[in-house]
Amino acid sequence: MSEKQFDYYLKGEKGEYEVVIGLEVHAQVLSKSKLFSPSETKFGSEPNSQVSLVDAAMPGMLPVINKFCIEQAVKTGLGLNAQINSFSKFDRKNYFYADLPQGYQISQFKYPIVGEGKVILDMPYGTKEVGIERLHLEQDAGKSMHDQDPNNSYVDLNRSGIALMEIVSKPDLRSPSQVGEYIKKLRSIMRYLNTCDGNMEQGSLRADVNVSVRKKGSKEFGTRCEIKNVNSIKFMQQAIEYEARRQIDVIEDGKNIDQETRLFDTKKQETRSMRSKEDAHDYRYFPDPDLLPLQLEEGYIENLKKDLPELPDQKKQRLISDFKLSSYEASVIISDQAVSSYYEEVAKNSDYKLAATWLMGELFATLNKEGKEISESPVSAKNLAQMINLIKDGTISGKIAKTVFEEMVKHDGDPSKIVEEKGLKQTSDPNEIENTIDKILSSNQDKVQQYKSGKEKLFGFFVGQVMKEMKGKGNPRMINDILKNKLK
Amino acid sequence: MSEIYNLTLCQIIEKIKSKEISCEEVTKSFVNRAGKSKKLNCYIEDTFDQALKKSKDQDNKFESDKKLFGAPIAVKDLFCTKGVQTTASSKMLEGFKPEYESTVTSKIWNEGANLLGKLNCDEYAMGSSNETSHFGNVINPYKNDKDLVPGGSSGGSASAVAACLTSATVGTDTGGSIRQPASFTGTVGLKPTYGRCSRWGIVAFASSLDQAGPMTKDVKDSALLLEVIAGHDDKDSTSAQNKVEPFSQKLKKDIKGLKIGIPKEYKIDGISKEILNLWEKGVEVVKSLGCDVKEISLPHTRYALPTYYIIAPAEASSNLARYDGVRYGFRAEGKDLIEMYENTRSLGFGDEVKRRILIGTYVLSSGYYDAYYLKAQRVRRLIKNDFDEAFKKIDTILTPTTPSSAFAIGENIDDPIAMYLNDVLTVPANLAGLPAISIPAGYDQNNLPLGLQLIGKPFDEHTVLNNAFAIEQSINFKSNFKDWWM
Repeated sequence: MSEKQFDYYLKGEKGEYEVVIGLEVHAQVLSKSKLFSPSETKFGSEPNSQVSLVDAAMPGMLPVINKFCIEQAVKTGLGLNAQINSFSKFDRKNYFYADLPQGYQISQFKYPIVGEGKVILDMPYGTKEVGIERLHLEQDAGKSMHDQDPNNSYVDLNRSGIALMEIVSKPDLRSPSQVGEYIKKLRSIMRYLNTCDGNMEQGSLRADVNVSVRKKGSKEFGTRCEIKNVNSIKFMQQAIEYEARRQIDVIEDGKNIDQETRLFDTKKQETRSMRSKEDAHDYRYFPDPDLLPLQLEEGYIENLKKDLPELPDQKKQRLISDFKLSSYEASVIISDQAVSSYYEEVAKNSDYKLAATWLMGELFATLNKEGKEISESPVSAKNLAQMINLIKDGTISGKIAKTVFEEMVKHDGDPSKIVEEKGLKQTSDPNEIENTIDKILSSNQDKVQQYKSGKEKLFGFFVGQVMKEMKGKGNPRMINDILKNKLK
Repeated sequence: MSEIYNLTLCQIIEKIKSKEISCEEVTKSFVNRAGKSKKLNCYIEDTFDQALKKSKDQDNKFESDKKLFGAPIAVKDLFCTKGVQTTASSKMLEGFKPEYESTVTSKIWNEGANLLGKLNCDEYAMGSSNETSHFGNVINPYKNDKDLVPGGSSGGSASAVAACLTSATVGTDTGGSIRQPASFTGTVGLKPTYGRCSRWGIVAFASSLDQAGPMTKDVKDSALLLEVIAGHDDKDSTSAQNKVEPFSQKLKKDIKGLKIGIPKEYKIDGISKEILNLWEKGVEVVKSLGCDVKEISLPHTRYALPTYYIIAPAEASSNLARYDGVRYGFRAEGKDLIEMYENTRSLGFGDEVKRRILIGTYVLSSGYYDAYYLKAQRVRRLIKNDFDEAFKKIDTILTPTTPSSAFAIGENIDDPIAMYLNDVLTVPANLAGLPAISIPAGYDQNNLPLGLQLIGKPFDEHTVLNNAFAIEQSINFKSNFKDWWM
């Protein structure tokens, strides 16, 4: 890997500061029905069209655990290399709000279903391990809408009762870019497992960000502030930068940081105090008497472990050993399951080194330019593989391939046909190449003399002239070989 | 005693099935009597017209395989009944008509019984005298010089069964709410094992203690009603998988050799001499039936009441949070959300409910949780262990149901502690989740009924019922009030 060093330290007037970050990620469990009711969970449905009697907290209604959500949480825990707790409990977190029908949220407080685990990040300066404190299941609340009417607020309970996994990290993160990589890694793991779609625009993945600062080299943590409910990586990074700066200013003014909950204003790009520690809710957690403790049967965890799909880290190792990719190439390719599937299809049917080069070079650039996902790629994996094979067998040169690729992007064309139709086929006829070389050498006798008397740099000039004469279609390797012979 | 309403539930069904009487005649008999008994204030809402119509239909379409065919049954107003107002006796739910039917009542209608109406109770089942109801207090058909409470919280149910205003009923028991009013009204009340009956569709008071159960004229009726309402329900995670037996058919009065425990700690301070005499009489009866009676010790008994009054309010404070004026029921407007909550809950709940919400909120608060709620849970475990230990040597436990007979309306209403003491002998069975029954066993000097309580092993309602049946047959209690209110 490169020689880069971690260097995210913020300068104040009185020295350098290290930023300490911990995340509470809320990931919506991918499940057709809610955590404790059979209601549907589709995004974007008519308000209050996915609300059961349980979700609306009608009198006498009782929660029943959705076993599939338990399975999803356990799988995610396994994906985070975490301790799975065969005994866990649901608690009630009591508070009043209009979009919280029961007057309490069912969550796991003392005994979460998943305990400590870890996630490995690939940073430019090497790998970074981030500890997972716990993962617990809880219900989402509904949505309050204050902009529908001048005098009334409206409540949509479609989200009420949907299962969330709260994934709490240890305070191991040290920079906005680590936070970005951490979120991407979590998302990638959950997408591989099919336990969360990771769709941040729809709110299926959001986070509370805990930030503190301390003097570089200090071992003690500073007082932290929690920035609530940030729903994009960019906003998280902006919020952290702003908040760390703010805290440094406070400290350098000789004041203390108040432990508080803050909000990130995405328009003004600043965090604002929401409530102080003194105003913090007393949630009066206690075990939900409507639910028995959750006891996973023997063999349950082992069975899920057995059926676990290949995870990003494992896939990375496999790509490195099977396809001889660099650690960097492998980590880029595995970050998205669709990308890695695409890569594997191209690599298996062509050349794995060239497949990685073309995927991460031309194809990524094209996707980026057109704002498309790999699933919408204008060039199919099959056609890209074929194009790479044309390079390999000498039909086209790498340079010509770029022209071919541009044509393929336009209508996912068959590369052989494009080569045929556009007359882009490489000339590998030794006679034709030799004739052309002879022609160039004879009309540049002065340069041949210079070359022979030691000005070897001129070799490139001859290659260029030959290529130009052959309209770029000459086989570069053959030109090289024959030219070298002639100039001996 | 020739009137239909005087018959037991089992007798009524037998006579209907033998076509001795029609379903309509039965329903009319109860409707007429209930109509003339409004003074007792048992019914919050009646469904007499629908019940009469249904009974006529039933006479035309006879279904003799149904266990409760043609029986008119009113239920405690804590059970949600589809399309029929369900209030939990609270202003908060006045006018609330559920779109669903509780599991327990569904089972009753599925066996051919008809809903006669909704019976008064203490607000959200919080009370021991039925005086906390938003719809006014219920009056006991037994009286001395003053009107008496029927007990609570299932007071309307107890008075209605005693006064023959329904053929039988179901109540709920969180700390004695079925047994104490049964004792005060000379009727039979059974609290089944926790988990025996589904809690789905019952307005929740304290989830870990609430249990529905029969309230009837005699033990056999309770056995029949229990076999109808018991059973596992997928919609209630705490409901048990245990098999439901045909309790009424298996009932037998030969209990020779049954080992019965007498807990010495139940001879609490302040228990009346008359209650002790009644208890002694019970002991003599079971001895004469060939039972093996032995003194047992339940050492943590004295902590049961304080433990109960921490756990029940804690759960209630959370269970009642949903009554916030946002989605259904009563709402008092305010200038913002917080003020709307404050107004709604201040005006919608009565004093006793507020008192328990405050106690519950307090004991769960940060800094107090360990000292109160957590400690109470530990003591609850010790109380359960006491019973487990005792039941290694005995089959049932015999105690009085209440420390006194029915008291006058208003007598204890300003003294919550005196009121709470009514539950001192009944709460241990709730804390331990055990089945317990109260059966009428005699009268005190004021001619007021007194009950004996039998507590059994978990899911051993069968033995409890047999034991109760044998005592009932031996004592042959007869109700003796006059219809003074008509």
